[in-house]
Order: sequence, then structure tokens, then C-alpha cells
Amino acid sequence: MTWFIDHLGEVWDLGRQHAVLAGLPLLLGLLIALPLGWLARRFRWLYAPFTAGFGLLYTIPSLALFVILPLVTGRGILDPFNVIVAMTLYTVALLVRTVADGLGSVPGAVTNAATAMGYTPGKRFFAVELPLAVPVISAGLRVAAVSNVSIVSVGTVIGVQQLGLFFSDGFNRQFYDPIVVGIVACIVLALLFDAVILVVTRLLTPWLRATGARA
Amino acid sequence: MIVFDGVTKKYPDGTVAVHDLTLEAPTGKITVLVGPSGCGKTTSLRMVNRMIEPSSGTISLDGKDTGRMKASELRRGIGYVIQHAGLFPNRTVLDNVETVPRLVGMGKKETRDRAMQLLEQVGLGADYAKRYPSQLSGGQQQRVGVARALAADPPVMLMDEPFSAVDPVVRDQLQDEFLRLQDDLGKTIIFVTHDIDEAIKMGDQVAVMRVGGYLAQLAEPAYLLAHPVDDFVADFVGRDRGYRGLSFQAAPRLPLASERTITLGESARDVDDDWVLVVDGDNHPLGWVEPRRIDGEVTSERLHRGGTVARASGPLRAVLDAALSSPSRRGVVVDDSGALVGTVRPHEVLTAIEEAERPVVENPDNPGAPAA
Amino acid sequence: MIASTWQWLTDPVNWSGPGSIPNQILTHLWYSAIALFVASLIAIPAGLAIGHTGRGRFFGVNLAAAARAIPSLGLLFLMVLWLFPKFSGSSGSAAFVVPSLIVLAVLAIPPILAGAYAGVEGVDPAARDAAKGMGMTGMQVLRRVEIPNAMPLIFSGFRSATLQVIATATLAAVVGADGLGRFLIDGQKIRDYPQMAGGSLVVAILALVVDLLLGTIQRYAVSPGLTGRRTSASRRGRSDGVSGSAESAGRSNTPLDVEISDPRRTVDSQPS
Ligand SMILES: Nc1ncnc2c1ncn2[C@@H]1O[C@H](COP(=O)(O)OP(=O)(O)OP(=O)(O)O)[C@@H](O)[C@H]1O
Ligand SMILES: [Mg+2]
Repeated sequence: MTWFIDHLGEVWDLGRQHAVLAGLPLLLGLLIALPLGWLARRFRWLYAPFTAGFGLLYTIPSLALFVILPLVTGRGILDPFNVIVAMTLYTVALLVRTVADGLGSVPGAVTNAATAMGYTPGKRFFAVELPLAVPVISAGLRVAAVSNVSIVSVGTVIGVQQLGLFFSDGFNRQFYDPIVVGIVACIVLALLFDAVILVVTRLLTPWLRATGARA
Repeated sequence: MIVFDGVTKKYPDGTVAVHDLTLEAPTGKITVLVGPSGCGKTTSLRMVNRMIEPSSGTISLDGKDTGRMKASELRRGIGYVIQHAGLFPNRTVLDNVETVPRLVGMGKKETRDRAMQLLEQVGLGADYAKRYPSQLSGGQQQRVGVARALAADPPVMLMDEPFSAVDPVVRDQLQDEFLRLQDDLGKTIIFVTHDIDEAIKMGDQVAVMRVGGYLAQLAEPAYLLAHPVDDFVADFVGRDRGYRGLSFQAAPRLPLASERTITLGESARDVDDDWVLVVDGDNHPLGWVEPRRIDGEVTSERLHRGGTVARASGPLRAVLDAALSSPSRRGVVVDDSGALVGTVRPHEVLTAIEEAERPVVENPDNPGAPAA
Repeated sequence: MIASTWQWLTDPVNWSGPGSIPNQILTHLWYSAIALFVASLIAIPAGLAIGHTGRGRFFGVNLAAAARAIPSLGLLFLMVLWLFPKFSGSSGSAAFVVPSLIVLAVLAIPPILAGAYAGVEGVDPAARDAAKGMGMTGMQVLRRVEIPNAMPLIFSGFRSATLQVIATATLAAVVGADGLGRFLIDGQKIRDYPQMAGGSLVVAILALVVDLLLGTIQRYAVSPGLTGRRTSASRRGRSDGVSGSAESAGRSNTPLDVEISDPRRTVDSQPS
């Protein structure tokens, strides 16, 4: 505990960087997954290759991705940009399927009614389908958020600035306190992301609150 | 015989779903529980096989207190059919039907034969045996549900809105088929529905319940229609009860007029009437035509098929309906084989109704009830 | 880069001997299998119990969520520090392997647990009601109705867990254990990028192959009534709509985690 209080500033700094490395890719990943998921839904034959193909990205070990990506992007190995790209890839891997299934969870009658009222496909997507898919997408986003926070800490192996540095610090010095603080900080960050996603979901789905249904 | 004796069910949240219910469901008969949504029908039914435990009172089965039996054993002796059939999606139709016999350890061969025979009885041939529930229509699933409940040949059946999830035409079919089956099987049945028409059609006796779990009236269907005890029952039984009551009155000897007919394919030119009845080679009525509008022979497309056909031995309701629905206002009456016997006009049916005695059915619970 | 990776992958030197690709694959699989086995032993009974009784749902779900949030690397370091002295007497590698296995099992528990309880919870309430009503005991309902019908989601959860475990088992190498992670760590140390890329490729392929294998097993283990030519979606259409399973399947449409390959394998992922 004293160790934690003594290193509060450091925890805060690394925590902020960790939050950016894990959080920004969530937004980027979602932005990329939305059109991909829509395509997988719109053209049925794309569903299997898309969900399977992007899902495969998730099996690339983060350890390797963090090291190899700099070679591809041409940036320095410690450049956060690489981590952002890697985490975005993982997010996309998780979310393409989620978005496709979320859009698929919208009842056909609703989409048909919207079409019958004269919505163009584009307007219908933003006005009807996307809002109704929010609960499912949000569930996937929560998984991705928690997973991102954990994976970012693997960046420790190459020395990226984030909470995982406490792990290697403690490990090298055979000293529990930094590791425990790092783990707790990661969990708190993950729960924080989770809470934010939940709140946003609630704001976006007032109709679920009205009937007391769960998101 | 199933006997409810002062049965009350109060849910933990304080809702009294069934209030001091005393009721007998006689052996070999269908007792229907009917009433508005939330009046405690399902709760009453599920207390019989102890899916729900009564808060007080006893339910006995052939004199034995069900509360003293082991729940799972009690249930194996009671067939249970529910609204959406509740088939096991992972099992084939045949396996579904075989569930209870297997549970009670009946032999393999015996089980199989019985299951196949039951499927046949509910109108699903061997083709369906190997299908999965997801490959059946709603009506077919419901049939399997009935077969499954019958599989171990339980003397008692509980049916909770078994036919309500299918369209009216299929529902009607299922009801008819089930009544025919029941004629052979003679099970002791409690049947729940919120549809008064279904209650009247299916029930040997009908228990009308009102919200709060009160038994409002218990009577045979005809008596119920003729003598609702209070405004609630009268209201629930509905507007057309006078008309519907005719369902239970056999047609007396009606003054049948013989009808001039032509056979399909003949010419109608020399008929001097607004309407003429067309029959097939066996004298079975097919429909009416207007001779003035037809030159040449009468084809199937020209037939007016609006009129219903009543059996001479059937209820008055059908005869009146035949007369009212016929374009010529002459109701077509046939014998049991479907061959034409004659026609009857609406006023003749009404006269017959007026002359017939107002039906007085002994109220089983209340023999002294006024015969209106 | 691609060429040199290919060269590394096809170099015969890497295909024989103690630290060779086949050996590391076997070790990797072995670690993953033990971790998944232990995780299943805990998570499946717990998930079934939660789904069957409806009790402990809040507790179980939140515990699983918390377990997901534990950073694997941190837990790994912590476990090694803590367990290392306890293993100092025994033969070398156990001190690294056991912590790795614990970390992998912790990683695998949440998706397996979620699959099991969501699967049981999603069983058509009418089917469950009918099973009870015909006199099945609680255990019989579970064994004959709930588990068979939960199979698609149980598999789905297990497969997600498998993918994550296989990808994460590479971390074991960070603390000195074997497995395919060796190529990544050793490669990084000597800046042998082809070795790293090759190693990652092997991991990804391994994950894919195992997933396909599980998919095949699933096809035989899951009743055709649940996966057959008709899905819950079309059944909904046919039975006038209100079947409980269809409803709850729609609502439990939460992706359990990562999913690759055959889209038909989750009951709730069918395009409708
Ligand atoms: N488990 C329960 N806990 C509390 N109240 C309940 C429970 N089950 C039913 N009720 C209440 O008990 C009353 C009777 O319910 P029941 O299901 O028996 O009605 P029903 O006559 O079958 O209605 P319906 O025609 O809608 O099926 C209702 O007011 C209902 O809300
Ligand atoms: Mg009910």
C-alpha cells in the first residue's frame, strides 16, 4: 500500500497511456468493423469468410505482433502507433462477427417496415438497424475492451509505456508490490471501460430501460 | 377422478392466484377451466401434477392425496400438454414420444410400437417419426405434444391451452381429432383455455373462473349458455350465447322440402327459378347456380359456394346457419353420408326452435336451480 | 521478410531435435490441453449449475467478468514469483510451467462458464417445463434436456477459450517455459524476425486446425435437431412465433468471444 502511494504519479501516468493504447483502438476497431459487419450481413456469402477470416487475426500472438508490426509500419519499435495498430486489429477481429450478428438480431419485420416507410438502405442502417443492434454490439465491445486492456500489458516485453511495466519491474526485483498494483490498476481500468460502455449503451437504448429489459 | 378440496394458492409475492377452489373432475370426462387471463387457470392445473404446490387444501387423484405422493412419480402417471408443445428440440419426433415410457422403464420394442401407433393416431405417419421438431409446423408439433403425453397411457391428462398457438382452421381440426381420440380413450382430462368457444366445444363440464382465482360457475356447456349464474359469467359467455346454445339442441323433425337439382355438367336453361342446387353423381350437394346467368352447361367455376350444409341429425345451429347462408335462402340438409335430403327455410327453422322445449339441463352442482 | 520466413519454416534444422517446431507444437498443445481440461472441470459444472438453478448467476457472471479483466502477463509474473520457491526442489521447468498453466486456466474459465450457463439458460422454457411435467427429476432434466440442448453454446464457449489459450500460451516462454512462444522470445532476443514471424504463423495455423477439429467433433456431438437444415429462426416462423427458445436465443445473442470458421456452430449466430 505504501508502495502504491509512493508511486501514485507513475501509476497515473502509465495508466493514462494504457487507457489510450487500449481505448483508442476500441473506437477505431468499431469504426472499421461496422462497415465490414454490415457487408457480412448484406451479402450473405461474405458472412462465413469475413467472420472466420477476421476472427483468425485474433490468433496471432500479441508478442509477435508487437515486434513485427514496426517492421511493417516502418516506425520505431517503441512508437505507440504500432500498439494502436495491433490493438485495432484485435478489436476488429472480435467485432466484425459481433456487428454482423447484432445487425442480424434486428427483427426482419422491423427492417421491412422501415423499408416500406421509404427509408433508403443507408438511412435505414443509421436510423433503424444500428440503434437496434446496439445491445449486441455493446456486449461484444465489452469483451473487446477487457481483452484489450490485458493484451496491451504484453507490450511490456518490448518496453512500451503502459501499466504492464510494473509487472516486469516487480518480476525483475522479485518484489510483489508493483505487480499487484499493476494488476489491480489493469482490472480497475478494464472495469472503468466496462462501466463507460454500459452507460453509453443505456443512453443509446432508452427503450430497453423503459420495459426493464436487460441490455 | 380429480378432486380439488378447498385449494388456495398464494404466491410468495402475495398474489392469490387460486382462492378456495373446490371442484371435481370426473373420471373419463373433460373438465374445462376457462376464464380471463390471469384468473388462475394455469396455476390450478399445475397444482394437480405439483408443478406448483398448493398453499392450502388438498388435491386428490382417485381418492389419494397427491401431496403425499412422490412428485416425479405422480407426474409420470399424468399426461401433460402445454401451449407450445415444449418438444425437446434435440430429439426426433419418435424419441420425444418415447420419453415417458423410457422413463418408467417400459420395454424397447413395446415403446417403439406404441409410439408409432400413437403418431398414427394423431395423424402423423411414419414419415414424421425421424424428423426433428424444428422440421414440423406448429400444428404438427402440437400433435406430437399430444402423442407424447399419451405415450405411457396415463389415465389422467392435463392440457394447458394446447391448441391456442395455431391458426383457427388447424385449431378446429386438432379439436375434432382430439375429441375423436378421447371417445376411444376415455381419459380424465382437465383442459385449460381462455376461449369460451373452445371450452364449450371440448368440455363435458366447464368451470368458469374469475380473476382472483374464484370459481364462478361449474356446469355442462348447454346449461352454462342457458343459465349463467351472474353478470360476470353472462358477459364472459358472450353475446351469441342464444345462438350458440343451439349447438346442443338436435334438430327436431324439420319440414324438409324436396329440392329440384341438376347434376354438374347439365344445362340449367329450362329451370324456372332464381337459384338451382347442383349435385354430383352421388347426389351430394356442390353449390347453387343462377340459371338466368348461365347458358350452356354448368361448370364447377360457376358454382356459388357460400351456403353451408347441415346434417339432418346434427344440431339446430347448423341447420339455421345453412338456411341463413344459402343464397337461395333454402338451407341444404343432407343425411349422414352427405347425400341431399331436402332444403329448409329460415322461418321454418325458427318455428322449429320456438316449438322445441327450452333445454333444461340438470345443473350437477345445483339441482334446484331454476329452469328459467 | 516473407521469403526469409518461409525459409525459416522450411529449414530442416527447425524440424528435428529437442527445440524443433514439432516438439514445441506438442508442448504447446500439451499445455493448452491441460489448462483447458482444468478450466472445463471448474467452469462447466459451475455453468451448468448456474443455468439449471438460476442461482449464483450474479456472482458467477461477475466473477467471470473480473477474471477476464486480470492481465495474463501480470498474473503470470505474480504466480512465478509466488510459486518459484515452492518448486525450487523439483526438476527445473515445473516452476515456470505450473504458473503458466494456472494463467491459461484462468483465461479459459470465463468463456467456458458463459457458454455453459447461457446454453442451459437458453433452453426453451416450454421444453424444460414439459420435461418436469412428465416426471423427470432435476438431474434427468439436466442430463436429458438441458445439456443436449445447450451443446451448441457449450461448444462455442469452449472453442473461444481454446483459441485464446493457444494464442496466449506463447506467454509461457516469457518466463522460460517451452512451447511455440520460444520462437518469439528467442527470435526477439537475437532480432531474428523470420523466426518470430514463422513461430506466429505456426501458432495461428495450430489454432485454426484445432478449431476445425473441434468443429468436426461438435458436428457429431450436437443433435441435428439443433443444427439441422432448419434453425430456430425458421421454426419461429412456422410455429406462429412465440417459442421461448427462439426468443431467448435472440436475446442471449452475446458473442461469447472470438469465433472463427464455421458460422453455423452457434445457435445464435445464424443469419435469419
Ligand atoms: N410465479 C408467480 N409468482 C407470482 N405471481 C404469479 C406467479 N405465477 C402466476 N402468478 C399470478 O397468479 C395469477 C394467476 O396466474 P395463472 O398463470 O394461473 O393465470 P391464467 O389463468 O393461466 O392466465 P392466462 O390465461 O393468461 O394463462 C396471475 O395474476 C399471475 O400474475
Ligand atoms: Mg395460463
